[in-house]
Amino acid sequence: MGMQTIGRPTTPTASGEGAGSTVSGAKGLLQREDLIFEVGDIDKTGVDLPSPKGGKDRLGGVQRKRRTELPGLSEPEAVRHYMRLSQRNYAIDLGLFPLGSCTMKHNPRLNEKAARMAGFADIHPLQPQHTVQGALELIDELATWLKTLTGLPAVAMSPKAGAHGELCGMLAIRQALIARGEGDARKRVLVPASAHGTNPATAIQCGFIVDEIKADARGRVDMTDLRSKLEQTDDIAGIMLTNPNTCGLFETDIREIADLIHAAGGYFYCDGANFNAIVGRVRPGDLGVDAMHINLHKTFSTPHGGGGPGSGPTVLSDALAPFAPVPGVVKDEDGFHLVENAEGEAREAFGRMVAFHGQMGMFVRALTYMLSHGADGLKQVAEDAVLNANYVQARLNHIMTPAFEGYCMHEALFSDAFTADGIDTIDIAKALIDEGYHPMTMYFPLVVHGAMLIEPTETESKQELDRFCDALADVAQRAAQGDDGLKGAPYLAPKKRLDETRAARKPVLKWTPPAPEAIAAE
Amino acid sequence: MRYLPLTPEDRAAMLNTIGAASVDDFYDDVPQSARLSGTIDGLPDHQGELAVERHLARLSEKNRTASDGPFYVGAGAYKHHVPASVDMIIQRSEFLTTYTPYQPEIAQGTLQTLFEFQTQVAAMTAMDVANASMYDGSTACAEAAVMACRATRRKKVVLSGGLHPHYAAATRLLCEAQGIEVIELEPAIDSELELANHVDETTACVIGQSPNVFGTVTDLSPVADAAHAQKALLVSVFTEAVSLGLVTPPGEMGADIAVGEGQSIGNPLTFGGPYVGLFACTQKLVRQMPGRLCGETVDADGARGFVLTLSTREQHIRRDKATSNICTNSGLCALAFTAHMTLLGGKGFEHLAQLNHEAACDLADALSAVPGVEILTPRFFNEFAFETSINADAVLAMLDERGVLGGVRASRLLPESGMGNVIIAAATECTTQEDIAAYAAALKEVI
Repeated sequence: MGMQTIGRPTTPTASGEGAGSTVSGAKGLLQREDLIFEVGDIDKTGVDLPSPKGGKDRLGGVQRKRRTELPGLSEPEAVRHYMRLSQRNYAIDLGLFPLGSCTMKHNPRLNEKAARMAGFADIHPLQPQHTVQGALELIDELATWLKTLTGLPAVAMSPKAGAHGELCGMLAIRQALIARGEGDARKRVLVPASAHGTNPATAIQCGFIVDEIKADARGRVDMTDLRSKLEQTDDIAGIMLTNPNTCGLFETDIREIADLIHAAGGYFYCDGANFNAIVGRVRPGDLGVDAMHINLHKTFSTPHGGGGPGSGPTVLSDALAPFAPVPGVVKDEDGFHLVENAEGEAREAFGRMVAFHGQMGMFVRALTYMLSHGADGLKQVAEDAVLNANYVQARLNHIMTPAFEGYCMHEALFSDAFTADGIDTIDIAKALIDEGYHPMTMYFPLVVHGAMLIEPTETESKQELDRFCDALADVAQRAAQGDDGLKGAPYLAPKKRLDETRAARKPVLKWTPPAPEAIAAE
Repeated sequence: MRYLPLTPEDRAAMLNTIGAASVDDFYDDVPQSARLSGTIDGLPDHQGELAVERHLARLSEKNRTASDGPFYVGAGAYKHHVPASVDMIIQRSEFLTTYTPYQPEIAQGTLQTLFEFQTQVAAMTAMDVANASMYDGSTACAEAAVMACRATRRKKVVLSGGLHPHYAAATRLLCEAQGIEVIELEPAIDSELELANHVDETTACVIGQSPNVFGTVTDLSPVADAAHAQKALLVSVFTEAVSLGLVTPPGEMGADIAVGEGQSIGNPLTFGGPYVGLFACTQKLVRQMPGRLCGETVDADGARGFVLTLSTREQHIRRDKATSNICTNSGLCALAFTAHMTLLGGKGFEHLAQLNHEAACDLADALSAVPGVEILTPRFFNEFAFETSINADAVLAMLDERGVLGGVRASRLLPESGMGNVIIAAATECTTQEDIAAYAAALKEVI
């Protein structure tokens, strides 16, 4: 009879031996999980459907010839597959996620609950409008919040994400220029060197040309460069400026920039990615902005979902409002209506950007968040976000090299000047993974060497910030001392550093069955 | 406030560490004229969960849901059943609350599911490669048009008369902004093959749809041949992804680019979004693709892993020379899609498509038995157009009074098409025999 161990406390024996590979491929709680194509079976299914009756066919012969050959899994297997994979992801719900310019704040679960109410989740975009009055009212209510918070008179709700909102704003500018008879004459869009990559890409998508303006030594728009550009050219369509900018700084001369652009006959597009720093405290409309997208998935807490969906409603000034795309929601004595075609009051609309009416699921979440915080809470959001970033900067600026002097807004930016030769920003980022944190944004903005952009957001406690700063300070010390160990990080993540060069050289973008000889060799 | 962890004591201690007197110091760069005193006027203050939930529930309850009665509204978005486990999987925090997988060592969950998604979409469309998703079908269509122009170095695209009008509008908008000529053929129910007569040596691509907005399924092979003869591309569009289980997929028709809406698989209707755009193409065109791509590689130990790849196409690297400005796409909707597909499996997917087709066949049989109804769509999957002698708006309103949401009037999508009496109706696996009988009975009363 074996020894009865139930109820007996275990006594670990000191030993590092035996750690390493396992027969199962698991590392304790972290289970091995192969691709579904390796574990599933085409005849297996996790969905019980009634049997087809057969006998009816109105396809007229337009029928699939080859089967899809896709494997299925039963429900327990499928659930395990995704649970195991999920455990290889870092997430906000696990810890601080300081990706600069991404505003990884807590995603309240009430938002999820509201978005799943049947009256929002189970309604079709082309139902008769009298059957969706609550949905249209919600869009109108959210629009009112956005207009009030930005101090701008109109908002286009349909853009699907931030970059799509940029497209919306720039197409509105294009249309306004066409209406002025200057569509062909004004093609130049000024974009600071520090801008998000989406800004120049968007301008090009709208048929504009991009002219880069420099940053000055304080991380703001170089006013000398801007003035000389405006003097030397007569084809300015507008400027695309992020504010607070991607260095985490408020553009000190923003009113003057707006005035200069307007005097030159152009429009001011503001990238609203960093609205979280000023929401409730500053209205972009008071800064001379003509168009600005709002990332509901940043400032207003809708989840990032591993890369979307986002939502990018775009507020517009009086000058651009007539050109807003369809659809739009209007209210009259009969209730709420969708304006779906460029006619009537929408006759100057620049067109339709997308099927249907925008990201309703994100609208519900964002409005839920706004109602929860209220005007007072949103102001506190901005203040705590900025306070947290300045606290991180203050705790680290003796060890790391702040990119610019003075206070920051919602994100703290450091250069790699403090690191020893041979240690790069990526090494610091990967070492943070071992410390249990998602790395900061690295190598962006481009105007700062080896940039490290840290945005803690307002939903971190002081204790969490202190733990993070302790960890980053230690990694930074090692980087300053030239600790080669950093080059191999991460050591403790589900994967070691991945070979991105190899992935790009000969791309493998889908699973293909192994060749028969490979199977035979196994 | 329940989402803000800092206490007043924390704030004071932190200001002390920073050496600032108050948070106002951080806003010194804001022009005096733009500084607000107090909170913004015209908005309520914060509220507890209960009050907020009541507010949202009140709005929700004002809407009639697609499950509240017989429901036939389609035309680009479809009422399907989503398994409970799909919604549970996408609410898993590690998927829901993470970012685009820029740090692959701690994002293998997202990356592996994207790799699986790409493999599934490529197989379903019978194309070589698929990307990691677009916003939706309409924006995917617009991106396909400009991609075709890049790949062929030509500046003209031709849209079929059966392309969803919202897709046509989104495509026209993006193309015209870039100086690309757009030719739109007259709306017609069975006219996809007309594209073959509108391709010449200056055409970058022709864009056809099957099933098209009227539900018509078409083998676009003759269009592909005509396009390829002029070194132009065929872009093949679908708005009902379930059709791929039964209907000839883009790759079997010689399409160079396949784009479509993936909402039908794993994603609820949600009044039009968020949805998930599917985008696939031939191997030859892969470096012209917009959007994220996930690829296989190895880590420092030689173990298989996945990363975002070919990012030199993308805006964050290439800026003004990028293939698109797209950044955030539809990651979580793609996860819902791939999880639902994994539950279905190939056989279950074909089975689901068959059920959809049979429901539409039954509906067409029941409606065509009503005197005065003419089914216009000659070949269909789960959706078709029909006509009566009465204005469609009036018919749908009278059906609505009888508890049946009978479909979409063609004139809502095509106000100038002269199709005032045409209704587009869709049936799915959610449609019951009782629903069909109710529709036929109500229609008989109103026409």
